[in-house]
Amino acid sequence: MTDPLLRIDHINTFYGAVQAHFDLSLEVGAGRIVSLLGGNASGKSTTMKIVLGLLSPASGAVTFDGVQINGWPTHRVIRAGVGSVPEARRIFPLMTVRENLLMGAYARGDRNGVADDLQRMLTLFPRVAERINQRAGTLSGGEQQMVAMARALMGRPRLICMDEPTMGLSPLYVDRVLELIAEINHQGVTVFMVEQNANLALQIAHEAYVLQTGRIVLQGSAALLRSDPRIREAYLGGTAAS
Amino acid sequence: MAPLLEMRGLTRRFGGVTAVKTLDLVVEEGELVSLIGPNGAGKTTAFNMISGLDQPNEGEIVFAGRPIHRLAPEAIAALGLARTFQHGRVFANLSVEDNVLLGAHTRLRAVRPRAPLLDGVFELALALIRPPAVEREEAALKAEVREILRLFGDRLISRVHDAAYTLSYANRRRIEIARALALRPRLLLLDEPTAGMNPTETAEMQALIAGLKAQGMTILLIEHKLEMVMNLSNRIYVLDDGVKIAEGSPEGVRNDPAVVEAYLGHSEVGRGARSLEAITS
Amino acid sequence: MSSFIDYTVNGLVIGNIYALLAVGLALIFGVANLINFAHGSVYTLGAYIGWAAIVFLHTPLPVTMLIVFIGCALVGIVIERIGLRPLQGKARIAPLLATIGISFVLDQLVQLAFSPDPRAVPNDLPDWRLTIGGGSIGAMDLLIAGVGLVSAALLYIFLRFTKLGSAVRATAQDREAALQMGVNVNAVNSAVFAIASALGGVSGLLVGMYYNHIDPAMSFQATLKGVVAQVIGGVGNVPGAIVGSLLLGLVESYGIALLGTTYRNLFAFVLLIIFLLWLPNGLFGGRSTIQTEPLVGSFIAPSRPLRLPRWSVWAATLAAFALPFATSAPYLLQTLTNAWLAALLALSLTLIAGTAGQISFGQAALMAIGGYASALLAVDLGAPPVLSVPAAGLTAAALGTLLVFPAFRLRGHYIAIATLAIGEIVSLVILNWESLTRGAMGITGIPPLSLFGRDLDSNRAIYWLCLAIVVALGLLQTRLLSSHLGRTLRAVREDEIAARCYGVRLDRYKALAFAFGAFGAGLSGAITAHLYSYLNNQTFDSQLSLLALTMVILGGMGNVLGAIAGAILLVGLPELFRIAAEYRILIYGVVLLALIRFRPQGLLGAV
Repeated sequence: MTDPLLRIDHINTFYGAVQAHFDLSLEVGAGRIVSLLGGNASGKSTTMKIVLGLLSPASGAVTFDGVQINGWPTHRVIRAGVGSVPEARRIFPLMTVRENLLMGAYARGDRNGVADDLQRMLTLFPRVAERINQRAGTLSGGEQQMVAMARALMGRPRLICMDEPTMGLSPLYVDRVLELIAEINHQGVTVFMVEQNANLALQIAHEAYVLQTGRIVLQGSAALLRSDPRIREAYLGGTAAS
Repeated sequence: MAPLLEMRGLTRRFGGVTAVKTLDLVVEEGELVSLIGPNGAGKTTAFNMISGLDQPNEGEIVFAGRPIHRLAPEAIAALGLARTFQHGRVFANLSVEDNVLLGAHTRLRAVRPRAPLLDGVFELALALIRPPAVEREEAALKAEVREILRLFGDRLISRVHDAAYTLSYANRRRIEIARALALRPRLLLLDEPTAGMNPTETAEMQALIAGLKAQGMTILLIEHKLEMVMNLSNRIYVLDDGVKIAEGSPEGVRNDPAVVEAYLGHSEVGRGARSLEAITS
Repeated sequence: MSSFIDYTVNGLVIGNIYALLAVGLALIFGVANLINFAHGSVYTLGAYIGWAAIVFLHTPLPVTMLIVFIGCALVGIVIERIGLRPLQGKARIAPLLATIGISFVLDQLVQLAFSPDPRAVPNDLPDWRLTIGGGSIGAMDLLIAGVGLVSAALLYIFLRFTKLGSAVRATAQDREAALQMGVNVNAVNSAVFAIASALGGVSGLLVGMYYNHIDPAMSFQATLKGVVAQVIGGVGNVPGAIVGSLLLGLVESYGIALLGTTYRNLFAFVLLIIFLLWLPNGLFGGRSTIQTEPLVGSFIAPSRPLRLPRWSVWAATLAAFALPFATSAPYLLQTLTNAWLAALLALSLTLIAGTAGQISFGQAALMAIGGYASALLAVDLGAPPVLSVPAAGLTAAALGTLLVFPAFRLRGHYIAIATLAIGEIVSLVILNWESLTRGAMGITGIPPLSLFGRDLDSNRAIYWLCLAIVVALGLLQTRLLSSHLGRTLRAVREDEIAARCYGVRLDRYKALAFAFGAFGAGLSGAITAHLYSYLNNQTFDSQLSLLALTMVILGGMGNVLGAIAGAILLVGLPELFRIAAEYRILIYGVVLLALIRFRPQGLLGAV
């Protein structure tokens, strides 16, 4: 049994006096798509921050490819092979799409490899290619999401962390984003995805964890969770018609 | 009887995005009306316009017969409208007691408008001299604050002099509600009061809100926890992308397919579903 | 008779120099969200490094500029290490205060190393002038223009085409996203500080050469001008900073042509106020609203004020009153009297900035208003001090609040800038309104303090009077804090939006806080005027405002006892130990830095 690519081990996280994670543990297997679900203030974005080194846990460990990374500054985590598609995209609005993509490759030194990857991105994301010289801030939400994903891929990461990739997108772009996530994963990139929209996430993930106020209350294969009635309770706080 | 709160044709645009589009909404006295919808649907924007933090581009808001959509938040508070905030905004370095006391600000004698310019001088004088009437008022308010805090059991009373930032997230949300109650509002706006609370805390909050409703409080509620919404509401409005897509009784809204689709997210991934299955299997 | 062309050239040249300063400030603000108050000090340092290189090493101009460039870049890196990096994640106001502390330290070090006297900068440039239209351009003008253009070009190339430059732009647009691209934001900040400081230093050298004059007091004005140019162009906007600077230079130049040199700075500050009030985002700043994050409230975080037992406070007060019976050493009594007067200032600021959260850098102006009001009432109208002093306090309250009122809509560090500017404007008005204030000559023959007809001419009497006023004001302020006003003011500090939604009219309470505070500061200024029997526009200079800030932070923001303790420690102690004046500012700077870093809640805790 191979070790998971990313492992979070019994972490406790605090924002000042407020505890955000209570003895949290989860695993992301190499080559898998794993989704972290939960409502507002459940701690899911905090989990992403922990993985990316934007926040440090008070106790516990985060291990990436066998190396302990909690306590590392963010730029070191990124250089170790983790890519990030932040919540609300956060593309650099005043830079062109090309400059944004190149920023994704900031940590890399191989200029030829970067140039090749840029070409690959333009093929994989045709909408992005169309707007390559436009200021990224002028693109629509869905197009910006494409740019953010392409940007993260430009770093040739082994693990991509995505924070609510479908939030605020029109149904058309939601479809596209999910297709792309599947395609990326197909090409070998492990995906760790935080999502508000349980239905969508469970369509595409292999495994999922459900967070509620800093604790994992449900976990397992997405196929099983999809039909588990407890997920509605845990996630939405009540039953609703379907 | 005229409704307590009415919104007609309310529209708010931010640059190219229409956050709220021609929203019509009515709250009758004594009702609990819920506003639900996915993230980004425009609910908090609507709240901001009602409480005066934002102004609509079109449309109007009428509260107790008065148009309020061009009034400042301070004036609207003085009319008896209290609100809580989506992520909780207590005064971090003030004690629990001071936080709740501040809710009663509009009711203070010292704050009553008397004469332009000299108002401030009067207020300062009253604060420094503290005639018996002022002392009595302060004592009465503090007693009232205790009463309000007792609604939350022992949790807040036991820490009444502690700075708010030292309390847990759930307690801080409770302080917010206590502060709103201290205003003795005619209309209470609650923005996701149970966000981030576990099921036990949520149930307690639900009971509290039901209690307030039973005492005749008029409440406009934004919530994501649908069971709570169904149990508490007289009527529900559903927003999606700034547009009202449904309104009616809990039963009616619960069975409306458009609502389910919008609120819970796509239950099917559109046209791509089949090809996705192929890729991921 | 100089021509329009001459004034235009002059304006553009000065504008160029300001641009070198303002661009640096814009870069720093862009990546670090910080108004670097130490920038002017680096500018001064650059001038002195250049002077030293020319005078001692006889380096040719290009080499001198290189030395200044590198030297100041290094200083910039140090400033980032001390003033910004350790304060990451702390309240946003902390780095601002830290840079103020650093500016104290740097300025005093320069003064100690080089003496406060102005120096001339030897200038090797050829002496020719080019005539154009009705005016002329000299070699110096061309040099400055050249440096400006080359710097702008190089900066553009750096930002657009280099990897680090892209990292700088990315960090400025979205710091957290840049982090997630693998950008080492700390390294970016260092680089930006280095570049900004290098440009600032060169600017100082050029100014020194242009005016043939450098002195350690240059820095404050330089920072202010840089900030003004920033605000005009749009804070954080690099091209905007250039345009703003040129505009500022032109306005100043034409202004001088119309009204004379003493009005030079007045234009800058009036322009600043106009922009802050009506175009706060500057010419190029876009439509984004100014951040509404509370600035002070978060600074005061986790701390419990030290609760001293009542009896101990009363005992200390009695001891203070009894002191003149135990000893009549005049030096001790005079020192403590000065401490009491400083305590009034500290009390005023701790209410305004600590309790109400309005960071004000203009307290000295309030003292000046009080001082002049009392002096003029006494000298021109013959009013006895027992009337003129309280009247002066009320004047400071009314006038001070009126002046600062338009700035209430501003948030965060914009209030600091606005109050700083208003303070400077007051000082300049005092200087120029000679018919009222006697201008630079000052008012002489201010009668000594007297009570019921008897002059208070003994050290004891004056000591007791000042102590009594401090105790009275302290008691009043404590009473205010424990009333509904106390919690209302603190609510304004903590969260303006939530406060508004509960009926708190912000303008009213900010005005109340300022008025009450200004009263105390005005009293302090008035009494000082009578004690010195003379005052002019320099008696209450801007350094007092910054001293007030240090006292308040030392004692604990909003803490009444803390304010008094801070005054005793920072004004009393150095005098008691006969520490020379030059070292005092240095000490204040170090104390401020240490406090921000290690104990922002001060000695007695913030309230």
